[in-house]
Amino acid sequence: MTYSGFRVIREALTGHKGWRSVWRDAHPKPHYDFVVIGGGGHGLATAYYLAREFGEANIAVVEKGWIGGGNVGRNTTIIRSNYLLDANEPFYEFSLKLWEGLEQELNYNAMVSQRGILNLLHSDAQRDAARRRGNAMILNGSDAELLDIAGVRKLYPFLNFENARFPIKGGLLHRRGGTVRHDAVAWGYARGADRQGVDIIQNCEVTGFRIKNGRCLGVETTKGFIGATKLGVSVAGSSSRVMAMAGMRLPIESHVLQAFVSEGLKPTLPGVITYGAGHFYCSQSNKGGLVFGGDIDGYNSYAQRGNLPTVEDVAESGMSLIPALGRIRLLRSWGGIMDMSMDGSPFIDKTPIDGLYFNGGWCYGGFKATPAAGFAFAHLMSTDRSHKTATAYRLDRFRTGHMIDEKGQGAQPNLH
Amino acid sequence: MIIPHPLLGPRDAQEFTYLGDASLIDRPDWQSENAMQEFHDYLYLRENPAGQHRELWFHEQGDRSWLVVTRNTVTHEITQVELASDVARAQGRGR
Ligand SMILES: Cc1cc2nc3c(=O)[nH]c(=O)nc-3n(C[C@H](O)[C@H](O)[C@H](O)COP(=O)(O)OP(=O)(O)OC[C@H]3O[C@@H](n4cnc5c(N)ncnc54)[C@H](O)[C@@H]3O)c2cc1C
Repeated sequence: MTYSGFRVIREALTGHKGWRSVWRDAHPKPHYDFVVIGGGGHGLATAYYLAREFGEANIAVVEKGWIGGGNVGRNTTIIRSNYLLDANEPFYEFSLKLWEGLEQELNYNAMVSQRGILNLLHSDAQRDAARRRGNAMILNGSDAELLDIAGVRKLYPFLNFENARFPIKGGLLHRRGGTVRHDAVAWGYARGADRQGVDIIQNCEVTGFRIKNGRCLGVETTKGFIGATKLGVSVAGSSSRVMAMAGMRLPIESHVLQAFVSEGLKPTLPGVITYGAGHFYCSQSNKGGLVFGGDIDGYNSYAQRGNLPTVEDVAESGMSLIPALGRIRLLRSWGGIMDMSMDGSPFIDKTPIDGLYFNGGWCYGGFKATPAAGFAFAHLMSTDRSHKTATAYRLDRFRTGHMIDEKGQGAQPNLH
Repeated sequence: MIIPHPLLGPRDAQEFTYLGDASLIDRPDWQSENAMQEFHDYLYLRENPAGQHRELWFHEQGDRSWLVVTRNTVTHEITQVELASDVARAQGRGR
């Protein structure tokens, strides 16, 4: 079933009775050539590109709950390619290019909306850093524009420009950044993978690995043993728990990040804004709610809910930037569990165990990475070589001194 | 979250900053044969369990003591709080 304008009109006229489920509910076979653990955006994209791009077959995705129920369905949906470091920017730019063609490629409406991201600047030092970042972005094929105060005022006249502590001095505008309908990313990739013959196995939790003589042979699951020639782990905030079953310790802590959504408003915020002084970022969803977030709670957690001090902190930051926020009601807040790595950057690498591959440590930036992470992970699993944009995402980089400290904060997860 | 401080009684977690796994008390010996490996593991690798976790909290806005807090990372329930200096001393270390 493909989607088209004609199809939508025909269904509208016939009571929408013709739509069918877009992926099969598969039962596990005894053995696959490739098994990907985790039915989030990354896992589904990996399976899709394994089949579609690398011509592999006999692939399964194993998900403990339902696909899209993890971080891919909990995040604040921001996509961007405005990183600074050589190890990062080419990767995120590759990802943004994949986002730009995603809906055509998948024939699925993921509401990719390049509404622009504005990083606000509050000091001369921040302006210098933004100029440098903008140049790094442009050198890597991305786009960046430095705005002065008047330029920011034109876009967002209602911001608190005269804040005594953090006056707004300008902004770095990245026009190709924006937002994407997060659930639709999981659904679109699931449909795409299913159409390539990938088995998507839901309600199937991996409970152990079968490893013999340093080689991984498959996984124990709540639906029995599933053999695999190559196994990829892509379980977001559960990386430490899952890899511990394979006997590995990771340079990762799990932390909770909260997000918030307000009641629906008329169109107010045309793009995404980030507050460079406090940690606050905000966009408006297509339904009208303001979607925003701030810092992680900052201590190890698997609770999938946060604590109130962070709610207060985010609300304070928000109000100091957009005083009008004080008049709107908050509808919901929720939390997701993320891998926080020691330098704030991810891993896409082989493990010391033969046939076992790892993709994780995305901290709170992994949604924008979904297409490229899937592509690069599929590349690694299929060819046993890193994709050219992901060569730095190695598990041993702390040993070799090649940390990727994008924020310049040092090796402490709760600072990233 | 309320942290029951052994000397000061219940304190709001907001008064503290978090460092991480309490095993950070056990700094490796810089003269050991495997010092490179041991410091790598000490600095970067983590147990990161879902459940009971012993961790270090610094009472920055209070008496500036370091505490070892045993907390459940799934429920946020705190079952034990010790002074980090007591923990180190019990291991035969510290002044
Ligand atoms: C509140 C919040 C806001 C965020 N905002 C942004 C943002 O604006 N932009 C951005 O780029 N990133 C953002 N992120 C980060 C981003 O959401 C994640 O980095 C990314 O989605 C993680 O990849 P994933 O989608 O595959 O993970 P998930 O969707 O979490 O997929 C992992 C899957 O693995 C499954 N799993 C776990 N254990 C097992 C097991 N034992 N067996 C089988 N399956 C298992 C889980 O059930 C889950 O479905 C945010 C995160 C949060 C929590």
